Amino acid sequence: MSVNRVKNLGLPLMNLVKLRGTPILQQLLLEERLLRSSSDNWCIVNDGTNLLTLSWVCLGTVIVDENTLFVSLICNRNDVPDVQPYPRSVMAWSGSLYSEVFNGIADFQLRENDYVFGDRKFGGNAQSITRNRWIHHTSFLWDYSVSNMAYLKLPSRVPQYRLERDHTDFVCKMKDYIERSVFIEKTIKAVGTQFMLKELSLDEIDDSCREHVETTRLLTLDELKETTTRSESIAQAV
Amino acid sequence: MAARFLWASRVASHLRISGAQRGFSSVVLKDLKYAESHEWVKINGNKATFGITDHAQDHLGDVVYVELPDLGLSVSQDETFGAVESVKATSDINPISGTVVEVNEVLTESPGLVNTSPHEEGWIIKVELSDACEAQKLMDSDKYSKFCQEDYAKH
Repeated sequence: MSVNRVKNLGLPLMNLVKLRGTPILQQLLLEERLLRSSSDNWCIVNDGTNLLTLSWVCLGTVIVDENTLFVSLICNRNDVPDVQPYPRSVMAWSGSLYSEVFNGIADFQLRENDYVFGDRKFGGNAQSITRNRWIHHTSFLWDYSVSNMAYLKLPSRVPQYRLERDHTDFVCKMKDYIERSVFIEKTIKAVGTQFMLKELSLDEIDDSCREHVETTRLLTLDELKETTTRSESIAQAV
Repeated sequence: MAARFLWASRVASHLRISGAQRGFSSVVLKDLKYAESHEWVKINGNKATFGITDHAQDHLGDVVYVELPDLGLSVSQDETFGAVESVKATSDINPISGTVVEVNEVLTESPGLVNTSPHEEGWIIKVELSDACEAQKLMDSDKYSKFCQEDYAKH
C-alpha cells in the first residue's frame, strides 16, 4: 500500500499545484522532475501560458497560446490500482474523471484518444509511463485564433472520427461550453473524489523531489522535421 | 480481433502454452523469460536479448519510436535506459543489468516491428549480463501467462 494513503479516509494523497501563465516548457520540465524524482501523486493545473510556442508533447505538436489550459495528473500505479499503466486504461480513467467535470454541461466523450464535445476535439493528451508511475497530460483548447491554426498542416495520421474535416470543423473552443473558473474548480473537485488533495506552491515542491537529469527540451527545427517525418504526424490541433 | 485471437490460440497450443483464457490472448513464447513490467529476455550464455512482450505492444498501441541506448552503456534493472513511444504514450524500458553490446538499429526506421514481431524482429537490445542471479528471478512462460491473466482479470 502506498505510504501516501490516508488511513482514515482510504484515499491516497495528491499534491495540487496551481500555476498561472507558466511557460509550457517550464511546466513540462516540472512534470518530468515530478514524474521521475518524486514518489507523490500530483495534479498540476496551469491556467494559461504566456507565449505563442510550438511545444512537444509525446509525438504530436500542439499550438498553444496564452489561453490554453493544461492539466496534468501524475499517479503512482499502486494508488490507482484499477488503472493499468497503458494509454487506453489511463485515458479511460481520465475520461471518466472529466465526465464528472462536464456532466450536464456538454456532450463530453473520450473519442479514440481525444476529448470531444460531440464530434469536435477540444482536448489533446499524452502519457508517459514508467515502471511504477505515469503522467496524463492534457492541453485544453480554450480559444484559438484562426491565423495560428494556419501554422498546422493536416496530419497524415488522424483519428477515424475526424472524417477528413479540416481544423476549423474538427476542433472547438472550450470557452463556448464552460466558464474557465468553473472548469478548474470542477476538475479539482473531481480529482478530490479519488484523492486527498493538498495544495502546494512551487517553492514547496523542492523538498519532495530528489535530483534528476532533465531530458525535456525544445527541439531544433531540424530535429522537429526529422521527428515529424518519422512519426507521420506532422501536426495536430489541440 | 477474432482472427488474432484464433491465431494466438493456435500458436499457444503449438507451443503448449495456456495463454488464451478468459480474454487474455497475447502470445507468450515458451523459451523466453519474462519480467512483471512485460519485457521478455532470451538468455544465451552470459548474453541476453531483450524486448517487450506481445501483451505490452498490444496495450501500448502503434509504436512510432524506440529510444535506443549507446553501445557499451551499463544498464541496470532498476534504471530506465530508454523508451518505447507509441502514438499516445512513451513507456520506459527497464532491462536486465549488464552492458549493451548490440542494439536493433532496424527499429530506428521500422519501429512498428515492435508491434508486428515483438519477440523476433522487434528485439530491442542485447546485453552482456552483469548479474546472472537477476535472470533466475524472471518468470517462465507459464508464470508470466498466469500473471497476465490475473492482471487482466483485475481490470
